[in-house]
Amino acid sequence: MPAEFMQDFASAREVNLMRIKDAKENGRKVVGIYCTYCPQELILAAGAIPVGLCGMSEAPIAAAEEHLPRNLCPLIKSSYGFAVTDTCPFFHFSDLVIGETTCDGKKKMFELMQNIKPVHVMQLPHLNNTQAAFDLWVDELRRLKSRLEEELNVQISDEDIWQAVDVINREKQAIKVIFDLNKADPPPLSGIELITVAWSRNFSSNKVEMIDKLNGLADEIGQSKKKNGVHSPRVLLTGCPVGLGTEKVIRLTEELGAHIVVMENCSGYKTLELQTDTSGDDPIVALAEKYLSIPCSCMSPNPGRLELLNRLIEAFRIDAVIDLTWQACHTYNIEAYEVSRLVKQKGLSHLHLESDYSTSDLESLKVRIEAMLEMVEK
Amino acid sequence: MIGMGIDIGSVATKGIIVRGDSQWQAMVPTGWSPRNAGQSIITQLLNISGIDRQEVERIYATGYGRVAFEEADKTLTEIKCHARGIAELNPEVRTIIDIGGQDSKVIRLGEKGRVVDFAMNDKCAAGTGRFLQVMATALGLDVSELGQAEEPARMMSINSMCTVFAESEIIGLLARGNSKGGIIAGLHQSVGKRVVAMARRMGVNREVAFTGGVALNPGVKRALEEEIGCMVIVPKTCQYTGALGAALLARGW
Repeated sequence: MPAEFMQDFASAREVNLMRIKDAKENGRKVVGIYCTYCPQELILAAGAIPVGLCGMSEAPIAAAEEHLPRNLCPLIKSSYGFAVTDTCPFFHFSDLVIGETTCDGKKKMFELMQNIKPVHVMQLPHLNNTQAAFDLWVDELRRLKSRLEEELNVQISDEDIWQAVDVINREKQAIKVIFDLNKADPPPLSGIELITVAWSRNFSSNKVEMIDKLNGLADEIGQSKKKNGVHSPRVLLTGCPVGLGTEKVIRLTEELGAHIVVMENCSGYKTLELQTDTSGDDPIVALAEKYLSIPCSCMSPNPGRLELLNRLIEAFRIDAVIDLTWQACHTYNIEAYEVSRLVKQKGLSHLHLESDYSTSDLESLKVRIEAMLEMVEK
Repeated sequence: MIGMGIDIGSVATKGIIVRGDSQWQAMVPTGWSPRNAGQSIITQLLNISGIDRQEVERIYATGYGRVAFEEADKTLTEIKCHARGIAELNPEVRTIIDIGGQDSKVIRLGEKGRVVDFAMNDKCAAGTGRFLQVMATALGLDVSELGQAEEPARMMSINSMCTVFAESEIIGLLARGNSKGGIIAGLHQSVGKRVVAMARRMGVNREVAFTGGVALNPGVKRALEEEIGCMVIVPKTCQYTGALGAALLARGW
């Protein structure tokens, strides 16, 4: 990746922090979000800035464990830890925080978080193939819209939502184009670069400007000369969310000479193909359809993830799959069995890793990843 | 072609030098310095084989201490080295159970020592040599005496998988007057259950080989055979499998 672009994305978090601070001082509202299920379009339509609250650091976990059990996933503990220690500036600036009932740990954690900040929790159905589940989700979107209107003291029109739909559709498409560049061999972007771009955009205070940046990056890479080099193993990363701060598996894999060419997880390809349909009358219904088709392990059943993995393995000419489960994430941990069956049926190497945010297991992760790569090189 | 393989484990460092069909082996405790242990193995191997350092084409290192060992031309994982080593000792083997000082692993093999799948346990001492060492100390024995001292007919099952809790459990059992031999049989069963559970997640195919330092303990071999339901092969040089694989790979396949 061109160095100046990389720098630009790597510093996005800090730069945007100052811009969000300024915007707040000028009366703009900020809404913190955690998950890909959160309909950002409604926040944009309300004239507020949606910011990603990451939960991707080991630092606040000890503080979180004063209230939460230890054997809980590190993402939940980190999110809560940032809140309770007030050490995440984005959380600090948020006027409202939106959560979803994606798993038991999160929904109960959000109950505690309400003591610190106004938190709106969306009741996410756990199946996406019945009318009742769909109707519930449509209601939940309407309830969120009312809460935003009330909390931020605005009126959200359908026209506002359709405009926001267009912005997010274009943003998804722009990131998808960048991800798809890595179908080339060797891939133009390393896994670390990919996560830097995908992750940093969550902190942007100006979506339209971010889309221009993403398109600029795609053009730049498209025009730059193809890298030459020997074929290195092409690895797909799936499983729990990964962000900057928790990229140890990506880093180790690339230090061992392989490429993470694509990520299926929610910081990666999981939502990139999902475009809100703009042909209908009701933007809320259109949003509900899009969001309910996210192939997350919290859905039961969740055949969409296996279908997506299957397609990505072919399209990106994958040699090996690493499935990363954060400790105590039951839904991804259980789906790991189906994922391993799919990958092995395709005759590829597969590695399921269970880890947390600490660095205590770097050596044991390394030995496993190295052994898997030795299998590929045979 | 002369190749040398050094396996720097958490407890012992093993080395093998291979020239044609001849091989020499040596072992030292790893101690606090994996690098010194590796260095001392190289010296010993050269001494006993009478081979000159210049004549050794390549030195490959494996085991947890491999990263700090600069003498090596290349480092490989234990998984690959064990697979290669076993393929030499017994090409019929399709499953390796390796229990070392601080980890245990199961490797599924295809033809010619090709690794098909593997699983490792190293987050916790349960199911490793370390577990048995702690229990031996609690029983006032040396870890090498456990195999001979067990009495399977009087087996007491040990319910705690955790090393810390298992230690208090056996102290309790001793206090109630249970026989040491029965307790030891129970400890072996506990290690066997733990490791075989890990193996079953991948599927266990015959033949099954048992390697690593803990394979010297016939009680654990017995427990593994009971849990798997088939004979388990323990190579005579069970502690050297990884070093042998590294030496053969260094010599050239």
